[in-house]
Amino acid sequence: MDAKERIARRVAQEIHPGTLVNLGIGLPSLVANFIPAEAGVFFQAENGVIGMGARPPEGMEDRDLTDAGGGFVTAVPGAASMDSAMSFGLIRGGHIDLTVLGGLQVDARGRLANWMVPGALVPGMGGAMDLVTGAGRVIVAMQHTARGTAKIVPECTLPLTSTRRVDLIVTELAVLAPTDQGLELRECMPGVTVDQVIEATAADLILTVQD
Amino acid sequence: MPTKTALKPEAAAELVTEGAKIMIGGFMGVGAPHRMIDALVERAPGRLTVIANDSGMPGQGIGKLVSAGLVERMIVSHIGLNPETQAKMNAGEIEIELVPQGTLIERIRAGGVGLGGVLTPTGIGTLVAKDKRVIDVDGKEFLLETPLKADVALIAARRADYVGNIEYTLTAQNFNPVMALAAATVIAEPDAIVPVGVIPPDAVRTPGVLIDHILERRR
Repeated sequence: MDAKERIARRVAQEIHPGTLVNLGIGLPSLVANFIPAEAGVFFQAENGVIGMGARPPEGMEDRDLTDAGGGFVTAVPGAASMDSAMSFGLIRGGHIDLTVLGGLQVDARGRLANWMVPGALVPGMGGAMDLVTGAGRVIVAMQHTARGTAKIVPECTLPLTSTRRVDLIVTELAVLAPTDQGLELRECMPGVTVDQVIEATAADLILTVQD
Repeated sequence: MPTKTALKPEAAAELVTEGAKIMIGGFMGVGAPHRMIDALVERAPGRLTVIANDSGMPGQGIGKLVSAGLVERMIVSHIGLNPETQAKMNAGEIEIELVPQGTLIERIRAGGVGLGGVLTPTGIGTLVAKDKRVIDVDGKEFLLETPLKADVALIAARRADYVGNIEYTLTAQNFNPVMALAAATVIAEPDAIVPVGVIPPDAVRTPGVLIDHILERRR
């Protein structure tokens, strides 16, 4: 199992039956693969659909039905489509139970940076700032480090997506939760030691698990 | 209600003049007015300000206007899938104002429905808040975001009838119905044009009074 699949499978355990969930593009979108249909989870995509389903069979794609990354999707029974004002009304207004987003950095206070690297990469925030501001729960799903550089840092050096504290960080090494006291190491992924997590993390950790 | 005129793509493009501020519907090219974008590339009015969700991809949607060098300024939420836009921004050839997507759609809506702006919590404490007024409402902070309007809005739709009533479909709605409110001239590019009455009143999402012109049927 590669790192991304390990992360997606662990995030899937956080998703409760019957909830409305927005998955970011890239790694977070893989989470849907590990949610059983009978869980009754509805996926929202910010381009304007609630009840997004898997990619349709070859040759049956509808060019007017895509996810927020532009990929073809289907609509499950009970689905609804909407314009961007309604879509972001749902997001900002607290009607989405959970969002899963990628991250460039998360700091000890649980603040996420995921929309630009000044002077190098400026994709833009898209819907991320609204999602972090308004979703009921925010989970960051990302690789623990970027080419050996720590992404979980004492203080974000990249521009923040929001000042809101995210609820959970899931990486291929660990599950961490920002709290009032600091960043708690809640779980090490199977086969990973506490020391390995500490080594790969620039922020101080509160240890609540042991090897 | 008066019947609209069906414009050829070239005639629609004539309504976008050098230096105009235009809104273009669509989300990563889905629900975008592709025939009018092609006509604009052909006519090539320069120094455009484009208000849209994103800058498309190279060779696709709004990306074609960027490639043709027609865009001076963009107000968008995302340019991540168009490296050409990022390169032109870094070279100082295009000025980019990045706006959170939910804020962008509300600024357009405010412009279209006669509001002086919107108050949003999105962007508080980030770069987006720079030079903006923070307003306290019942102990919570909000950013004052100002309305956006345009000279011309180019929108895409599923169907239009002869008086300009518009129906959309699925995720091709996105910015289109909101932009139809916010420009001096609104041109709709429907997949099909149908007789009045075929679109039932309850299914009309953009009333024909907002539409100035309809693009003629695809030949």
